[in-house]
Amino acid sequence: MIFIDLAVRNLRRHRARSFLATVGIVIGVVAIASLGIMGSSLSMLVGGMVADVSDTVLVTPHLAASSGDPFDPRSALAASISTKNVGLIEKAAGEHRVVPMIVTSDRLRVRDTSGYATIYVMPATDIPSLIELEAGLYPRGRSSGVMVGSLLADELNLHPGSRIEVGGESVRVLGVAAERGMGIDINPDYAIIVTEDWYTERHGPQDYTRVVVKVSDLSAIEDVKAAIDQQINRRSEVVDILDSREILELYYETLDAMNVFLLGIGGVSLLVASVSILNVMIISVTERTAEIGLMRSIGARKREVLRMFLYESLILGVTGSIIGGIVSVVIASYASASIADLFADFAVSGGAGIPISVVIGYVAFAMAFGIGTSVVAGFYPSWKAAQLNPIEALRYE
Amino acid sequence: MSGEPILRFEEVSKIYPLPAGDLVALDRVSLTVDPGEFIAVMGPSGSGKSTLLNLMGCLDVPTRGEIFLSGQEISGMSDDDLTRLRRDRIGFVFQQFNLIPLLSAVENVEFPLLLTTGREESRRRAIEVLTAVGIAETHFAHKPAELSGGQQQRVAIARALVNDPDLLLCDEPTGNLDSKTGSAIMEILAAENREGKTVVMVTHDPGVAAYARRTIRIVDGRVA
Repeated sequence: MIFIDLAVRNLRRHRARSFLATVGIVIGVVAIASLGIMGSSLSMLVGGMVADVSDTVLVTPHLAASSGDPFDPRSALAASISTKNVGLIEKAAGEHRVVPMIVTSDRLRVRDTSGYATIYVMPATDIPSLIELEAGLYPRGRSSGVMVGSLLADELNLHPGSRIEVGGESVRVLGVAAERGMGIDINPDYAIIVTEDWYTERHGPQDYTRVVVKVSDLSAIEDVKAAIDQQINRRSEVVDILDSREILELYYETLDAMNVFLLGIGGVSLLVASVSILNVMIISVTERTAEIGLMRSIGARKREVLRMFLYESLILGVTGSIIGGIVSVVIASYASASIADLFADFAVSGGAGIPISVVIGYVAFAMAFGIGTSVVAGFYPSWKAAQLNPIEALRYE
Repeated sequence: MSGEPILRFEEVSKIYPLPAGDLVALDRVSLTVDPGEFIAVMGPSGSGKSTLLNLMGCLDVPTRGEIFLSGQEISGMSDDDLTRLRRDRIGFVFQQFNLIPLLSAVENVEFPLLLTTGREESRRRAIEVLTAVGIAETHFAHKPAELSGGQQQRVAIARALVNDPDLLLCDEPTGNLDSKTGSAIMEILAAENREGKTVVMVTHDPGVAAYARRTIRIVDGRVA
């Protein structure tokens, strides 16, 4: 095709100009692709940090007002759910497992380290349903042993058999819990887990601070929530009932907003690149006005002139996008590795590798966007070229 | 064509509206160009010669009156149709040669054919015409900037002839050339005319006009 040929030759004739316009597109494509990939790898990291507890309904004392987010430190409170209400919850939950618990704290002392630690108090038989064992044994009955969270064990170098001081009393570590990540129900990684019997023996019977309902069938979650609500909240709001899906949605909404923001930054850089293409194309059309006049007068149609210039911006866009795509993949692999390093301390479960499909998705999106913007930016000058009056264009010098 | 004129102007006027008042570039011009003619259009600058040539070349349409190209009325035609007429029926030769700088000599000649047909056929035809106007094979691959003025105008003539047009329109074809080169160019045009090509040429050089067999004088937009 003679017009593609002419477009290529014209771009070659102005090497520096074409190169700079291409660099603009490369930067834009790289910005969109790598920011997109980084954003999504960030969501994935956070997703990895949040334990998968989609089968959980969390019942907490009703707050007069709150953000609805159990991680929100502003809504932490020392309130309780009575034993009677736990009974009602059990009734409402039917065959699903109900784990009432007390979340409290006490002084912990290990060798010369001391400070407060979170303590999860729950019935001995329920511990295995919420916490996996990494080493040792689950505490049982009134035995004087306790269980410690995995990260607490790492920090303080605890093993089954180690002795620690809880509330001034020396106790033995029976088991170490497997790492669990952040959850809406419990966060035992840095905590001590004791049986209810152990606790009441020392502090007397107490009301529970929260109740976790493990729903064996995910589709039953709504029914369980409704049933609990029916049982307890009929007269006045006594408890808040949340399921993890709702909370994760809140998280992902925030992350999505951040993703859009990052892509927006990339979009702006591509916009700048398209302005530079627009500029290059306008210069090209102006320089070649007489040539356009000649082509038109010897029989080139408007659409052929339009096409010739569109090819130019298309070639710039495609070249820039391909180079940009390659650069993005390289950058993404480095960025992914370094983000994984950065978050390694947060003990992300499942690693932080970015799936190749996400990389390809964003790179393809950025490339398509790069090509699209180039063609759009080239359209106006090309159209102007096609609309030139051949007589006047011929006379142009 | 059974004696039908190549071009017929019927009371053709071209008026350019200007802020200072309308400019009448051509005023009720009637003329015919018959097949095989060699016509020189002469007149002072601003007399309307270029306007006449633009109308003959289907680059423009008249404000009033009618123009028939081989019996076909052109004023109502769309831009695409006029462009197709220019491509298939008319050859242009300009004072500035107006070759496409990115294309080699042979590609420039090929260009009008590439707008219609496939590549291989056009290359053969382009070489044939280039040879006919006296361009040596060694220059075929040269870009216009590497050719002399005379060579460029030969290439331009080859480009105008390549689609075997009904009408060859020349706008001061020797205006940018020295007299010796100019005569060589005129010899080519005259030879084309002898072989039956209809040529209309705008010039203000009487020596060049002498090659033509008929002269039309334009003064103030009218045929004098």
